[in-house]
Amino acid sequence: MANKLPKVNVVIVGMGWVGGIIAAELTKAGHNVVGLERGKSRGTQDYYHVHDELRYATRYELMQDLSKETITFRNTEKIRALPMRTYGSFLMGDGLGGAGVHWNGQYYRFLPYDFEIYTKTVERYGKSKIPEGMTLRDWGITYGELEPYFVKYEQMAGISGDKELPEHVSQMSKPFPTGPMKQTPGMKLFTESAKKLGYHPYNIPSANLSEAYTNPDGIERAACQYCGYCERFGCEYGSKADPVVTVLPVALQTGKFELRTFSNVTEIIHDGKKATGIKYVNVPTGEEYMQPADVVILAGYVFTNVRLLLVSKLGQPYDPKSDTGSVGRNYAYQVNGASTAAFYEDREFNMAMGAGALGSCIDDFNGDNFDHSSLNFLHGANIRFTQAGLRPIQYQPTPAGTPKWGKSFKQATLHNANRVLSIAGQGACMPYRHHYLDLDPEYKDALGIPLIRMTFDFEQQDIELVKFIARKTKEIADGMGATTTQMNDVIKQYNIVPYQSTHNTGGTIMGSDPKTSVVNNYLQMWDADNVFICGASNFPHNGGYNPTGVVGALAYRTAEGVGKYLQKGGSLV
Amino acid sequence: MAKDQSQKPQDESRRRFLKYSGTAIGGVVVGGVIGGIIGSSLKKTDKEEKPANPETPAPSSDRDYNQALMFFTQDQFLITEAASERIYPMDELGPGAKELGVAFFIDHQMASAYGINSRDYMSPPFYPSEVSQGYQLSFKRKELLALGLDALNEYSTDTYNKPFTKIAPEEQDAVLTAFEKNEVKLKGVPAAAFFNLLHNLTIEGVYSDPLYGGNKNMAGWKMRNYPGNQMSYYDVIEKEEFIKMEPLSLHDHLELG
Repeated sequence: MANKLPKVNVVIVGMGWVGGIIAAELTKAGHNVVGLERGKSRGTQDYYHVHDELRYATRYELMQDLSKETITFRNTEKIRALPMRTYGSFLMGDGLGGAGVHWNGQYYRFLPYDFEIYTKTVERYGKSKIPEGMTLRDWGITYGELEPYFVKYEQMAGISGDKELPEHVSQMSKPFPTGPMKQTPGMKLFTESAKKLGYHPYNIPSANLSEAYTNPDGIERAACQYCGYCERFGCEYGSKADPVVTVLPVALQTGKFELRTFSNVTEIIHDGKKATGIKYVNVPTGEEYMQPADVVILAGYVFTNVRLLLVSKLGQPYDPKSDTGSVGRNYAYQVNGASTAAFYEDREFNMAMGAGALGSCIDDFNGDNFDHSSLNFLHGANIRFTQAGLRPIQYQPTPAGTPKWGKSFKQATLHNANRVLSIAGQGACMPYRHHYLDLDPEYKDALGIPLIRMTFDFEQQDIELVKFIARKTKEIADGMGATTTQMNDVIKQYNIVPYQSTHNTGGTIMGSDPKTSVVNNYLQMWDADNVFICGASNFPHNGGYNPTGVVGALAYRTAEGVGKYLQKGGSLV
Repeated sequence: MAKDQSQKPQDESRRRFLKYSGTAIGGVVVGGVIGGIIGSSLKKTDKEEKPANPETPAPSSDRDYNQALMFFTQDQFLITEAASERIYPMDELGPGAKELGVAFFIDHQMASAYGINSRDYMSPPFYPSEVSQGYQLSFKRKELLALGLDALNEYSTDTYNKPFTKIAPEEQDAVLTAFEKNEVKLKGVPAAAFFNLLHNLTIEGVYSDPLYGGNKNMAGWKMRNYPGNQMSYYDVIEKEEFIKMEPLSLHDHLELG
């Protein structure tokens, strides 16, 4: 029997970017908030010995313990889903700050096209452009409506970037609060080549601070040192914006925020119309607690948000056969794989140096910034050169045809360690009727709760997109003065083994139709108006960008929605 | 050459310099210029010191007591050493896996939480799988590795009448290739999965921080001009030219008490 605790205003499940932002905003506005995090507490002092590729990058120190919980996966409904037993394709975070701690800090707003993708696609190309089975949806919010919330996130995190972005990228009502990151020789080569081709390169907006910055909450942070340890690592300087060094201290300072770590939420308690609270397990002791609350906010990673709704039987589970229900719908990912490697025989670059969000990019072939009339795919990719710091275990650069081991492998990797610049596309991922999340019928977590099951594969759309984008990466690379360039323009079946991207999206999508979406544009659940769900799980499709910028903006939007709800109740739309 | 270095006593002056320079002090934001200074001054120090006392025998305190076995039998250790050396061989560019201590690294890893897959989902049931679904066997890494090493020996004995450590390097390559291509069927050992594990562990042993027992004296890093654990590149990140730095390890960063 669960211990019943005294009722609180608001309980938040998950203390990553979303939970942290909402906790800070609500407590500043005077509300009492309890934040539950299933992992441990941590801070910059934990990263004193963080420059350890084995421990953090290949032993996944900051990631969720898969022995306790993982997901199951299958390419199609025809095969049995099996558990992701070890890490590969994507990495789920764990602990205070969540995946917001081990991110690279690449910040994008998404394109206006993304938020109205269905309408704009039909307007320009007609309905027939959307292939059978592609469940394209407008987001129920426009870029213009979301714009003020991007600004809030940028000011809080201290996003570093150019004064203005190309017109087809972002109209910003306020410039980034700090200037762009430094430029490396590789970035300059990319920029010059892209300009010569008539494209519009810009510096990747960065949450690794280009200069010391004090944000509107009074939080001071130091400049990035370009040490080359961002992705999969925590930042010992606090230069990379993460929830632990930005929003969580602000929430704690109010005295209205109670943070409970090692608290693993297992169920939303509800009566079918409203949530009354949540149930959680204290991880070290195994004791169960019931936390009543006026408002429940799901702020977990994609899989956590979807799974909690499904195991709690809240909302309508998606059924791909009848195309009904909403929870689990529109799972999407990121379509990477289009790239060109430029090999330089005559010079070496300082590739060990870098920052997670250090790089240059173009959006000339992202979204609908180019004509798709004669193309067999929709959307596109952000094409970029990044200098995130290449580390020796994970990075073994060899020209095509080099053996995977032995003397020639060794010599090729040593020779090329600092001689390759890679231009790559980060492709958008369109939703399909048969790509979804539901509960696995067989496999369970350490507490006996069913695992989430993913059914996903790459489609013809993705194969065509990669082929097209790859040619653009080659075009740019060919203008960068390299000795040779080698293009990769092929992706095949989705394989969960090689790392690709921790940009999983969908499952609790937002929209304006309660039948096909889980939440409205305040991220308030249609089926229970005191439940808010926020994260990349709200994305009806994934854009050609890293998702955190949009997640951050949606979190500010959610906080505003919860504030309104606490005042007047009911549906906010 | 690298062997000589491994016998060299700990360079106290280097440690003092690091401490003094501030790179070993936690939490302090240090300018990247320090990285550059350390790189150049350390190189000088090395050069000056080498001829000073080249024949001094290493004091006993410099013996590497970390080089002992936690998991392998001595036979398994020697097979691992021989096989990893074929994957990452010594050549004119520098040491191979053997000299870098990779077999000790692998031994220590197999005795760690990683060897028993403590953070992997190892709950049954286990079913035949698609390649796209990843590792689906019930073998833990230490079990897979031990069985695979025995199988390497058995296969080379069957093929060449000698154990793996006694056959010629080209024959060792042929044996490893047969495992890589999953052509070996021995006692249910998943040959390719074993080879992949051995391959990954070898690369990790060559390039992980020397604290784990491989990458002896950071010689793996030095071969590819990887600077290791530097605190800052703030002042050099924009430079056009390639900057060689003497690498630093986490040991150099340790500041206790």
